[in-house]
Amino acid sequence: MNPRRKKRLAIVSSVLIGIGAVAGLVLYALSQNIDLFYTPSEITQGKKDTGLKPSLGQRIRIGGLVVPGSVKRDPDNLKMSFKLADMKMPIVFNESDPMTTVYYEGILPDLFREGQGIVANGELVNHSVTGLSIEASEVLAKHDENYMPAELAESEGKGHKKATYSDKQLENKG
Amino acid sequence: MWKWLHPYANPEVSYHFTGRLLPWFSALAAILLSVGLVWALLFAPADYQQGDSFRIFYIHVPAASLSMGIYFGMAIAALCSLVWQLKLADASAAAMAPVGAVFTAIALLTGSAWGKPMWGTWWIWDARLTSELILLFLYLGVIALHSAFEDKNLAGKAAGILTLVGSINLPIIKYSVEWWNTLHQGSTVSKLGKPSMSLEMLWPFLFCFLGFAMLVAVIVCYRFRNEILARNSIRPWVRDLVSAQANHK
Repeated sequence: MNPRRKKRLAIVSSVLIGIGAVAGLVLYALSQNIDLFYTPSEITQGKKDTGLKPSLGQRIRIGGLVVPGSVKRDPDNLKMSFKLADMKMPIVFNESDPMTTVYYEGILPDLFREGQGIVANGELVNHSVTGLSIEASEVLAKHDENYMPAELAESEGKGHKKATYSDKQLENKG
Repeated sequence: MWKWLHPYANPEVSYHFTGRLLPWFSALAAILLSVGLVWALLFAPADYQQGDSFRIFYIHVPAASLSMGIYFGMAIAALCSLVWQLKLADASAAAMAPVGAVFTAIALLTGSAWGKPMWGTWWIWDARLTSELILLFLYLGVIALHSAFEDKNLAGKAAGILTLVGSINLPIIKYSVEWWNTLHQGSTVSKLGKPSMSLEMLWPFLFCFLGFAMLVAVIVCYRFRNEILARNSIRPWVRDLVSAQANHK
């Protein structure tokens, strides 16, 4: 390579490395703000690196897995509640895991089911029964990256049923 | 070591070389896409949770990965243009930018259409979606710079610098779902180990992906050849080419 090209290559690569370092540092500094949600354990114990905890009354998002058996639906209207636990592999739920209860009123996304990942958007409140809880205004389903045909899923015992609503529940909406 | 590449820096040689490649790319794109899309949209089994909605995967994922792949190609062209001052590298970057922008837009739109029924929202400002949106803006910036200057060399330099600076965004898009909590799911296909998809769903995906990649190759080749002709319009070989075609008709 002739010296002029070498010089240009050096300039371009040093600029690139510099920008890469700047971007890396900025993203590192912002990492807690880039996270879309808190996990249930982060709500009680704070973020892993910074110990940052959400305060009561703050609007936050919470993400976790719906604990099987914890979904309670009011038969007369769209009010419901469920517990969320941290997402981790393999999926096992222990009584001692940190869990947060989410209260919600409205129609759930199609992918909502027990054991599914969920992101709820709402206010952190101190509930008289369940302690630190979320009064959610929005519930989003977080899909995982696994795709499989229905027959295969059934043979692995992973069927999926959409939540259904009675006419009575829908009448009392809002 | 790189001596064999030198003839291709000549616009005329590159023009004829891409002309010979084009029929192959076109045939492959037509075959792979027609087989892949029919297989994916009609015959692949429906997903156990999402039903038929998951089929948007076969367009969304190729579009998203190609939007990043085209940007990577543009970044390499920009590096060659800035360091070796190859005029053809500028022409190829100018040819790739609008194609990449369209594929980014397709990825964003199909993702949004899928997100509404599955997640429950059209859009969320999570790291993956936001960084892909930034990629679209980078493409638009590069296109704007290419057409902002009368002098093509100056335009190529300005667009090349933006392209290289923006290439920082590529690893951010790719790893956003691993570094941060996002609503967007992790990678299904492009990861180490076994893909998280059953084989009867994966095969049509591979056809679709390669088919879309070939389609990109076809469109970029056409645009590249047009750029070469437009930038060399006063050269004798282009004039000869045009008069030969005129006589042919």
